Amino acid sequence: MEQQGLDLMDQALGFHSNKAQQQPWPLCGRFVLVEDCVDTSGAFVLHHILKRSFTSHPSSAVIFLAFANPINHYDRVLRKLGCNLASQRDTGRFFFLDMLMLQCPVEGEPNHDGLAAVFEKIERVINELSPENKKFVTVIVDDISCLELAANGSSNDVLDFLHYCYTLTSENGYALVALNHQDIYSDGERPAFKLEIEYLADILVKVDPLATGLAKDVHGQVMVLNKETQKQHGISSIKVNNFHFKIKENNTEYFYAGTRT
Amino acid sequence: MAESVCRSLRDGALEGELAPTLTIKDSLASPFGFNVFSHILVQLSSQIVAGKSQSQGIMIVALSRSPSSYIDLLKTSGVDVESSKKWIHILDCYTDPLGWKDKRRKSGDITDPSNQILSSYKTVKDVNKLFSVICDLGRGLVGESKSRFCVAIDSLSELLRHSSVQSVASLLSNLRSHEQISCIFGLLHSDLHEERAVAVVEYTSSMVASVDPFHHSVDGQGSYLGNSSRQNLTKGKFNVRCKRRNGRVRVTCEEFRVEPSGISFAPVSSVDGAAVAVAGLIPKVQFNLQLSEKERVDRSRVVLPFEHQGNGKPIQIYDGRRSLEDSKNEATPISGGKKEDSGRGEIIYYRDSDDEMLDSDEDPDDDLDI
Repeated sequence: MEQQGLDLMDQALGFHSNKAQQQPWPLCGRFVLVEDCVDTSGAFVLHHILKRSFTSHPSSAVIFLAFANPINHYDRVLRKLGCNLASQRDTGRFFFLDMLMLQCPVEGEPNHDGLAAVFEKIERVINELSPENKKFVTVIVDDISCLELAANGSSNDVLDFLHYCYTLTSENGYALVALNHQDIYSDGERPAFKLEIEYLADILVKVDPLATGLAKDVHGQVMVLNKETQKQHGISSIKVNNFHFKIKENNTEYFYAGTRT
Repeated sequence: MAESVCRSLRDGALEGELAPTLTIKDSLASPFGFNVFSHILVQLSSQIVAGKSQSQGIMIVALSRSPSSYIDLLKTSGVDVESSKKWIHILDCYTDPLGWKDKRRKSGDITDPSNQILSSYKTVKDVNKLFSVICDLGRGLVGESKSRFCVAIDSLSELLRHSSVQSVASLLSNLRSHEQISCIFGLLHSDLHEERAVAVVEYTSSMVASVDPFHHSVDGQGSYLGNSSRQNLTKGKFNVRCKRRNGRVRVTCEEFRVEPSGISFAPVSSVDGAAVAVAGLIPKVQFNLQLSEKERVDRSRVVLPFEHQGNGKPIQIYDGRRSLEDSKNEATPISGGKKEDSGRGEIIYYRDSDDEMLDSDEDPDDDLDI
């Protein structure tokens, strides 16, 4: 059951497609955007991808930009999922950049150096990686809303920062994963901020509550929109997967709607 | 028509006239604008290489895609990028638009001498400087003579994000007025900007091509792929509006389909064609929204309440309860204790039981005397 549950999310993310045979880390060169809301947190998707990034290929490295939670939080969560972050850190495969106290300085005009310095830090970490670990790097941002807070609410700076992170996917074939809280931006002055990021994303994972409300056995629904792009020509096909999930103590189960009583 | 758009861009500008400008507009409901952009880029590039177009070179301002992806695009489409006669130049505003990378070096904008066709641009917020760089590089591409080049901007939306609407509009106007520019085309994501900004860009263009889904979503919100059914995920409508010199506007509509090899255009299919105007207004649902002849006749026979029938009879006020005598409407049970005496203008109301709660079965309007 657990294996089948993993398969649904993994299949939707492209883990079990033919491409998996060609490259061990199927998220190479792709930007995965996870959107959640207050009613249903999408953090479990980040944890899932984080765990998979360590189990996929021995040379994967993960750079985790934490704006929302300290490392102890992720350590506890991943330990329940069967993954030891401390040992990954020791072997040079996991880099935790604690951005919780980051506050970009305000000097009268927007200071781009704040997020530019963060990007510089990422570049430095990448340059210091050993060659085998440099092949399939995943950059995870948790989360974009807190990143915007750190940038003093400047959504333009956040978009610039995401653009630069995105160039890592196209130039180096790295993977970028980010979590965004869609309900903050869905109505209001600037819905365009959320849409800008959606345009950039290759895979969109939308986590929503059930339309019928809270349930004990089903915690929400997931829609995964996977844009197959021939990067040169543009989008060649779009695959959409819809399924439900239930978050358990040590894992998350994924199943098609209606297959649970 | 996609073909006619490509032809207009190929033919370029007449002497003393503004260069034809195409804005390709899409939205998240149908995010295939870049497919159209690449298609036009490949078509125009092949014509430039073959010497069949007015422009002798093309300048790509790459803001949302890496320059290498354009080189790969042209190579896989069979266009000779490395020909001895230089015809293409890419201004790289994608890799480092704000100069964040390698800040220690502070290299600024550079043209890599080893790479003939690529220049990096690191001050994307300075639109005036962007204009002069485009002109200088373009002139370097085709020479100082009367030769012309065309300009492709892969994301007008990125430009609008980095600078004001006025700056972008003046950039487009200046490019259009430049005597060496043959044509311009750019991509705009309409749902990222205010309507005003989109309108400004459309006004500065002579052609606007919209990439739309088959059916617009009802809520109008920027929802990904709108209400497209699964089979329509990679299809949509390609609507082109061209402004002629004499002021006439020509509007055409085609269907497009996106495939791994690129995008293809076809006339609107006959299945949808018959009701193509209506289809945009009436959503496709599983039940019939039209009226049959009998239904139309029956509807005309319905006596409306409060309407003077004009046939001499005293006005019969349609009382909802009387018509429901035959069809026992369970929502309004008739409580026995109620009495109405309309003659004296008094309403005497008895409740069956004082304990009876005012429930939803009782219609509070029952005691109205109209």
